[in-house]
Amino acid sequence: MNWLISFPIGLTGVIGLMLAAKAQDPAMYGHGLVFFVAAVAAIFCVISRNLLAKKISAEDGYNDEIVRAGLIASTFWGIVGFSAGLFIALQLAFPDLNFDTSVTNFGRLRPLHTSAVIFAFGGNVLIMTSFHVVQRTCRARLAGNWSPWFVFWGYQLFIVLAASGYVLGVTQSKEYAEPEWYVDIWLTIVWVVYLVVFMATLAKRKEPHIYVANWFYLAFIVTVALLHLVNNAAVPVSFAGTKSYTLFAGVQDALTQWWYGHNAVGFFLTAGFLGIMYYFIPKQAERPIYSYRLSIVHFWSLIFLYIWAGPHHLLYTALPDWAQTLGMTFSVMLWMPSWGGMINGLMTLSGAWDKLRTDPILRIMVLSLAFYGMSTFEGPLMAIKAVNALSHYTDWTVGHVHSGALGWVGMVSFGAIYFLAPRVFGQAQLYSLRLVSLHFWMATFGIVFYAAAMWVSGILQGLMWRAYDQLGFLEYSFAETVEAMHPFYVIRALGGVLFLGGALVMAYNVYRTSRGDVRIEQPYTAVPQPAVA
Amino acid sequence: MNYETLAHFAHTWGLVYLVVLFAGVLFYALRPSARAKFEDAAQIPFKED
Repeated sequence: MNWLISFPIGLTGVIGLMLAAKAQDPAMYGHGLVFFVAAVAAIFCVISRNLLAKKISAEDGYNDEIVRAGLIASTFWGIVGFSAGLFIALQLAFPDLNFDTSVTNFGRLRPLHTSAVIFAFGGNVLIMTSFHVVQRTCRARLAGNWSPWFVFWGYQLFIVLAASGYVLGVTQSKEYAEPEWYVDIWLTIVWVVYLVVFMATLAKRKEPHIYVANWFYLAFIVTVALLHLVNNAAVPVSFAGTKSYTLFAGVQDALTQWWYGHNAVGFFLTAGFLGIMYYFIPKQAERPIYSYRLSIVHFWSLIFLYIWAGPHHLLYTALPDWAQTLGMTFSVMLWMPSWGGMINGLMTLSGAWDKLRTDPILRIMVLSLAFYGMSTFEGPLMAIKAVNALSHYTDWTVGHVHSGALGWVGMVSFGAIYFLAPRVFGQAQLYSLRLVSLHFWMATFGIVFYAAAMWVSGILQGLMWRAYDQLGFLEYSFAETVEAMHPFYVIRALGGVLFLGGALVMAYNVYRTSRGDVRIEQPYTAVPQPAVA
Repeated sequence: MNYETLAHFAHTWGLVYLVVLFAGVLFYALRPSARAKFEDAAQIPFKED
């Protein structure tokens, strides 16, 4: 048995048992046991599957098993995350759904939703696609035998620890960085192995040039590691308790948090998914990217500008004015590389736009680019101080985030899942393209309902908050502004129903594809069929 | 180091740093001698299924 793998797993199990034995609170008792059970399961898998004895040879081909596992996990977590989102949307419209318990209230379920969609769904999509793309574009098998599986299962363990913690009230209260110190340490270990697997695959490539999609993936992995380490610097109260205190205080803490938060958007939800865009859109369109040179300019200008834009989350706060202006300026400049990338993706279809009529998967990918363009135009606009004075703390922000998250991240992920599903299950084709089209329309209408409702409610909310009467008193009480939101919250929830429904259609399509079924349906043809009399 | 020193550094050397960097990226991407190399690179996704 190889000590490099068995010793760390055993150590994880022992540490888990010790955490449970010395636990200062019930949550740590449960999480200690989860670590222990995971370590036992890992040892069992390593022995029974004999991963260590196996040597990789040239005949093994690509590691598609890990991509298949990622596809199943992505689909599963997508459904979980969208369902949680729909439920909390309904809670906002109908507060009785909070059920008056601590575990089911909005405050605990909201981070459950955000982490499930960003880290569980988005993270699994990124790990899955990066492992697929790096193998194909380097023409080399994924490095490592057990290490990719450690990344996959270690990441799922992180998700389970984070999600169960939120429900039990374990949080360090940093948005998108809620997991407590011990979960952060676990994620750091998983992430370092991820980086090593990715770099080692790049190092043994047979293709001399590193394709641009891999640059975006690498920027995503490296920057997320940096953000995670700095923002989560904290001192635990005890070594067997969940609670910790962050190293920073006051406005420094706020700036660190939003440097993290905005670059989580920039490098997790943008750079990583641009890696998907630069590989899967050319593949699905069967045409090379419009301009490879533009993709290089896109890459370097995006990563050098994004890192400075975070302070726009703290306009009109205790943050020094020059830092606010800096954040605003870089956010506005960011518009250029964003649109450069969008144009590069869209123009890839130049001369082949007719494919949109016959290929619903490509239609999903193009819609994602359209939403990428819209939300990266809206973002710089909202980062301008005068606009932010109206938009900040309102539902407009929520609408903006979802036009990016559902429209860009969600749709480009669905496109990649549809592209990969027949390939990883060894089938000739998808179960049904008509169902892909149904998913396209359900998701599109869902996003439009969502974003439009939040624009109206957000601007209404902002205007109501700043309305004064002739004596200089506020025109509306806060409760009146909440009441005015109700119809828009119902419309938003309806959008959520459609978006979740579309994802369920996708899950069904993926399941039937995995069984090798092909739906009997009218095929898409380039020439319109004459109408049947 | 006070605020004025830091702001002055950002206004001058920060600007130079970003402009030079961007010019370097433009040169790297657009130099005519790399045309064939990048056209070839754009075909990489089609070499494998």
